[in-house]
Formats: sequence, structure tokens, C-alpha cells
Amino acid sequence: MSSVAFVLIAILTLAAALAAATLQKLMHATLSFAVALVGVAAFFFLLGAEFVGLVLVFVYIGAVAVLIVFTILLTRRDARKDHGANWGGALLAVAVFGGLAWAVFKTPSVAIGAPHIRALTVKRIGEALMTSYVWPLQCVGLLLTAALIGALVLVMEEKR
Amino acid sequence: MINQSIDGFLHPDVSKSVDQIFVNAKQWLLGLLSWLTGAPGWVIQVASSLINIFALLFVFLTLFALMSVLERKILGRIQNRYGPNRVGPFGLLQPVADGIKMLIKEDIVPARADKLVHFLAPILIAAAAILALGVIPYGRNMTPFTIDGGILFFFAVGSTTELAVFMAGWGSNNKFSMLGAMRAIAQMISYELPLIITVLPVVMVVGWLTPDRIVAAQTGYTLGLVPRWFVFTPWGATAFILFFVSGLVESNRTPFDVPEGESEIVAGHMTEYSGFKYATFFMAEYIGMFAITGLAATLFLGGWHSPLSVLEFIPSYVWFFTKLSALLLVYIWLRGTLPRTRIDQIMNFAWKFILPMSFTCVIAAAVWHYAGRGLRGWLWSFVVIAIVYTALSMLLDTQRKFAPRIYRFAE
Repeated sequence: MSSVAFVLIAILTLAAALAAATLQKLMHATLSFAVALVGVAAFFFLLGAEFVGLVLVFVYIGAVAVLIVFTILLTRRDARKDHGANWGGALLAVAVFGGLAWAVFKTPSVAIGAPHIRALTVKRIGEALMTSYVWPLQCVGLLLTAALIGALVLVMEEKR
Repeated sequence: MINQSIDGFLHPDVSKSVDQIFVNAKQWLLGLLSWLTGAPGWVIQVASSLINIFALLFVFLTLFALMSVLERKILGRIQNRYGPNRVGPFGLLQPVADGIKMLIKEDIVPARADKLVHFLAPILIAAAAILALGVIPYGRNMTPFTIDGGILFFFAVGSTTELAVFMAGWGSNNKFSMLGAMRAIAQMISYELPLIITVLPVVMVVGWLTPDRIVAAQTGYTLGLVPRWFVFTPWGATAFILFFVSGLVESNRTPFDVPEGESEIVAGHMTEYSGFKYATFFMAEYIGMFAITGLAATLFLGGWHSPLSVLEFIPSYVWFFTKLSALLLVYIWLRGTLPRTRIDQIMNFAWKFILPMSFTCVIAAAVWHYAGRGLRGWLWSFVVIAIVYTALSMLLDTQRKFAPRIYRFAE
């Protein structure tokens, strides 16, 4: 059941990612990027990490995708120029793929019984955030507050 | 006297079985299915989900039809005219007529539109709205699907609406559509922040993101009289009002309906939609409204709990839908009463008033918790909110007198 779901989601995610990389119109690419992100979120759901999946949807679809879309709208016309094949990118992709494949094949295929992981509940995440990760949390909070105030200052009406 | 006779008539067991009638019916149906076909467990699971989905769609599409006609009737009453009264008794069959009209209308897609995006936008928006309904507890044991982070799921799904609105605006290849989508997204993003922050105090006090737990935390009555709903605490009342206003903006309802306007921007991002696609947008808007009010009832109004312990024999889902209808009635009432606001007023209101107040709610909830959740906590959190409210209203008071309007951009 879950392996069927895995294959389906994997196909969807990969197709969307491929579309995001190859589609001519930037807006189409962005929308397929959003679909790919939903696919990744679905993987987290499949793994039982609901919280991470939900946050992924929340942050990436609700905020990052909208941000990208606005950036495209505000910065440029829909460029449709064909730049020719990007050889450097292709080389890098092949290198990364080769490295990963090497690592995968190098790893001895022993079936280690997966340790029983307790379901990652919201409560546990909250406890971890408030105990072991208080400092990063506070720093992120400070950063976000600064960003919020900065955005407000940027859009504030100038006094004449 | 009456209560006693009803109590005598409705034995606790009877009222319990009435309360659980839908749950039991579903169990019976699933049992029948597995007995008849001998299907494996996962088939039963899928069937169970399908039953939930169809029940949800049936209930809320009926509610949508009812709401659309009731809204027009009530607006008519407020504006001193008859509402729709031609089709069926009291005009109650009006939604059927509307539906048939929408179905047989021509579906026009602009020649220069992005066909696929234009087509997908209404589907996505409706799917997001309907998905959000799934996590709300409609009655005792009546949550369509329970997940640990139900509240988070609600907002995660709701946040995809923005992308769908953008798709509608961009895909139509029309200036009005694009500008309307921009307006809609701007106001949805600004109000999503207070919407989520006003939920935080409830989540903090309960300690769970699961709607069922939040409802369970509001069980019981103080002194056997006042229900322990969060709306009866100072922070809860404030958060409820803020949540309600933010929800009003999120669903683009009347005091805040700038994305639409016949005189300036036609129908906003829905300008280029006709026929059934337009109806889908309309439906998604209403369903989103049901979801937001349902969540408000769950978070602050005690979900499916009854307001008085003597009234507990009435089934839980009746209470939930009573609360939902009451909130929807307030929506209609506001629409009939208030004029539209300008976009800069909406934004100022969000950033200068609603956001600081919702942060105050979080602090007040913490104060309430540490002062012992009793009368003392009530008083202290009230003090916190009163101080911030007074300070904010003094700060934001511009002392502006009524004067002729000064045009800055149009000479």
C-alpha cells in the first residue's frame, strides 16, 4: 500500500521537478515547482512526519511560491529566449548523480532493522524547541521580527 | 417542568444513541460491507474515508445552497425589499434554479488566456476550501479525519488558496483579473498572520494542535452554569473577535471585499470566468467561510459542547451547526450593515491594530495560565488586554478632524 503510494508520489514529484526545470514560461515553471514541493510534503506524510509535511506546505506553497510568483511579476517580462544547452549545469548534475550513485553502491546492503521511531508529535517538537533549541529559536524570532520591522519601514509613507 | 418531561422522555441512553446516530450508521455500513464482500482491511479504510468525504460534501453543499438563498433573503429584509421569492415556496428553490442556470451557461475562455492555468485555478481553490473542512470536529466522535496537527493542516491548506487566486488572475491574461488577484493576495497574506497568531493562545493553553483536544479542553461548566469555553476568558474573547475579523477578510466578505467591485475592478480575479467555473469560485468562497466559522466555533465557542448542562440531551452536532449558523448570520448581518473599506484602511488596521492586539492575546493567555486559570487569572489577563488596548487607541488616535478631502494623486 505505502510502496504503491511511494511510487506514485515519486513519479509525480519527479515529473513536476522536471517540468519546473524545463518549461519555457517562468510562471509555469514556478507552478510546477509548487507541485513538486507538495510531492515532497506528501513524502513526509508517508513517513509519519505530519508536522514537517504541513510546515513544508505552509511555508513553501503559502509563502515561498507566492513570493517567487510576485518576484517574477515585478522584475521582468516573460523572457522566452533560448539560451542553448547549459553545459556547466549538466556537468554539475552528472557529477552530483555520479557521487550519489557511488555512495549508494558503496554502502553494504545490510538490512538493519529500523529502530522503532516514536511518532513525531507536535508536543515533542514543542518540547525540543523550548529545551534544547531555545537559542536558535530565539535567534530566528529576532531575525523575523527584524525582517517584519524592516518591511514596514520600507513601505512606510515618506513624510513630505 | 418541560425539561423534566423531556428528560423523562429522552432517557440518557436514548439521547446518547441519537447523538451517535451518524457514527453508528457509518459503523454499521462498514460492517455490512466487510460482511458482504469479505474485503481486506484497507478497502474498508478507503470506504470509510469515502463515506466521510461524501457526507461532508453533501452537508456543506446543502448548507451552501441554503446559505446563498438565506443571505439574499436576509439582505433583502435589511434593505427593506423582498429577496428572491419566485422559485418554490419562499424562494427556497432559488439555488436549484441558479445551479441549472450556471450549468447550462456557455463556458467562455479568453483566446489569449493560459488555458491550463485558467482551468486549474477554480478546481484548486475549491479543493483547498473543501479539504480545510476535513479536520473540524462536527460532533462527539465526528471528526472526518483526525490528524495530530489538525489546526496546522487547516492553515496549510488555506495558504494554498493564495496561489490558486494568483493562478486565476494570471491565467486569465486580463488586467482586471491580475489587479484583483493582487489585491486579494495582499489582503489574504496580511491577515493570515493575525489569523494564526490569534489561534496561538488556544494552542498554548490546550497544549495540542488537534481540534478534538481543543474541544475536549472546553468541557465542563464553571459553577455549573457558565461553560468553560475560551470565549469567556478575556484573552479568548479578544482573540475570538480578532479571529472573526481576520476570517472575514480571509473570505473576502463585505466590509473587506476590495478584490471585487463592479465600479472599479469588475469581479477581480473572477472577471474572465463564466458559467460553472464562476459558480465553483463562488462555492469555494462560501465553503471557505464555513470552514473559518467552523474553526472559530471549535476554538473559542466550545465546538460541539452545549451552552448549558441541562441542554446536553440535544445532540452534539446540532449544537455545532447552531453555532456555525449563528456566526454565519453575523457575517450576513455585517454585509448588510457596513460599507466597504479602502485597501489602505484594511492594511493599516491589520498592521497597526490587529497584529499588536493578537500578540497581546498570547501574552494575556500566558498570564492567565500562570495566575492559576481562575478568577485571579481572569482579572490579570483582563488588565493586560485593557492596558494594551487603551495604549493602542491613544497611540493610533490621529486627532484628525473632519475636513474636505485632499487629493494627493489626482489633481
